[in-house]
Amino acid sequence: MYEKIWETHLVRASANEVPILYIDTHLVHEVTSPQAFEGLRLNNRKVRRPDLTFATMDHNVPTTDRSLPITDLIAAKQMETLAENCAEFDIPLYDIDSPEQGIVHVIGPELGITLPGKTIVCGDSHTSTHGALGALAFGIGTSEIEHVLATQCLLQQKSETFEIRIDGKLPYGVTAKDIILSIIGHIGIDGGNGAVVEYTGSAIRALSIEERMTVCNMSIEAGARAGMIAPDDATYEYIAGKRFAPKGEEFDAAVENWKHLPTDEGATYDRTLQLDAADIAPQVTWGTNPGMVTDVTGRVPDPADMATTDEKTATEHALAYMDLQPGTPITDIPVDRVFIGSCTNSRISDLRAAAEVAKGRKVAENISAMVVPGSQAVKRQAEAEGLDEVFREAGFEWREAGCSMCLGMNPDTLSPGQRCASTSNRNFEGRQGKGGRTHLVSPQMAAATAVTGRFVDIRKF
Amino acid sequence: MEAFKEHVGFVVPLDRINVDTDQIIPKQFLKRIERTGFGEFLFNDWRYLENGDPNPEFVLNLPRYANASILIAGANFGCGSSREHAPWALQQYGFKAILAPSFADIFRNNCYKNGILPIALPADVITSLGEEAHDTEGYQLMVDLEAQSVICPDGTAHTFEIGDFEKYCLLNGLDEIGWTLQYEADIAAFENR
Repeated sequence: MYEKIWETHLVRASANEVPILYIDTHLVHEVTSPQAFEGLRLNNRKVRRPDLTFATMDHNVPTTDRSLPITDLIAAKQMETLAENCAEFDIPLYDIDSPEQGIVHVIGPELGITLPGKTIVCGDSHTSTHGALGALAFGIGTSEIEHVLATQCLLQQKSETFEIRIDGKLPYGVTAKDIILSIIGHIGIDGGNGAVVEYTGSAIRALSIEERMTVCNMSIEAGARAGMIAPDDATYEYIAGKRFAPKGEEFDAAVENWKHLPTDEGATYDRTLQLDAADIAPQVTWGTNPGMVTDVTGRVPDPADMATTDEKTATEHALAYMDLQPGTPITDIPVDRVFIGSCTNSRISDLRAAAEVAKGRKVAENISAMVVPGSQAVKRQAEAEGLDEVFREAGFEWREAGCSMCLGMNPDTLSPGQRCASTSNRNFEGRQGKGGRTHLVSPQMAAATAVTGRFVDIRKF
Repeated sequence: MEAFKEHVGFVVPLDRINVDTDQIIPKQFLKRIERTGFGEFLFNDWRYLENGDPNPEFVLNLPRYANASILIAGANFGCGSSREHAPWALQQYGFKAILAPSFADIFRNNCYKNGILPIALPADVITSLGEEAHDTEGYQLMVDLEAQSVICPDGTAHTFEIGDFEKYCLLNGLDEIGWTLQYEADIAAFENR
């Protein structure tokens, strides 16, 4: 499938040159774009296809009352700059007051901008999310943003192909988040370097489109250039009726085209990995990268058990930073904060799953828990279903849409030493706030942890 | 872009694997709209104590490495976020080349666009170069891009791989957008298909 999309988007492929790949959709946000627009101005260049470019504000936006002025003036300036750039270059913008505003990787699929077979880029590594609909989608740097703005193309080397096949039935309480964390635990955070991963197998097929997004989203946490899942009837059903999706006969024609995208039977991949869904348990990270992960029934590992000196040193660093002792059962680790949100787990199905756990229960004493919907549309839907009330009654804060405490660029951050159960994608040192300690989990596990105050096996909750 | 042909510089070893871009430049410094001013925040959370003073234990703060322009690091350097602020910070601090057993894909691409040379060498070579830099004060290496070679003070040369196009761009300080735009007719033809 990767090769099919690649071939149909080559503008130029000449020996000894880097291929020029055409980009169908370019998503832009406030943090990584200002220097790219400035570069265009300095070189007197225009945006080639503003009609293929979409912008929103997500990384910096406060998630508190939107009617109040933004207190972080530097962040406000960055948002203002995006608005000015979009106005100057005629790019559609879903700004902070827009009903469509949200995390760029949530609103792309939601608005029908993300479609099978497309090439999609964004100055954000979690662009791999969009591969869940059978697109080739990957993150780029600011120089490349400028390149796409100016040319609608990218200079790209072809990646290797990597099939990760998961067959079988997922056990009760095990989610898409646990699948991807388990994969990263298996192959390591550089296991996908240089490759585009295609997730296949009956367990992947059985996932909803939103669950597939969770899997593809964290492909980058294994180092993969992109993650993708072949489109099927569930994909077409998801897309039908979305605002920018083709309509009527055009839609039918598009579906016929999309049906040719899946990898041909018998095709081979450069690398392969097979896992059995039945072997996957709820996952909790214990360290400072997403590959430092174990089953909820597991224990914090001992650096002495690591295979290499590098890993031993890295584990020692991680345990010191996380303030954890080797051998501690995961379920003995208490938390201070719970964060449900991010481009990994902030869609309506994530919030429904968390609300089901929270319903009729209370957040444990001394724990601060917040829910941040991925977009304004998700927020409206959740409120229509009464999920906001469920969360509020249980003691969760209910916020406005944005990236929020996934990376803590806005005021939502951990204080030094605070420990957080988080549905986000990165547990790097300081990611959620300097000195903060992040454990990555599924929305269900996060909600249950909020109630018990420590990690808990959702299967026995 | 600044061209890279060859460079001789002092070496600093950072003995960590999987250094992510959140460590290279933490998120609180990504709110700037300029391309400059990131060097002083490079490795901020490791480099400075809570009170803002330099952390005396962090390797970049050791006086003997004060003028280093070549960084030696562990495998999978630059993983995580796509932020180009990471190579900007490294470059603005004064680094010209980074040597590691492997690099994360997006980070490596971002380096090429900013005149920084990411050089992947076998893990045992990296380990021994790191030890030399640690044991020998004032240890220097020469990087010759044309010859694709890292040359040690004793004359030992370690060759490295780089794509022809990336090499051409770095040697010539090429404006890649300008390069793509010379094929404007091909792009237009593609769009009209």
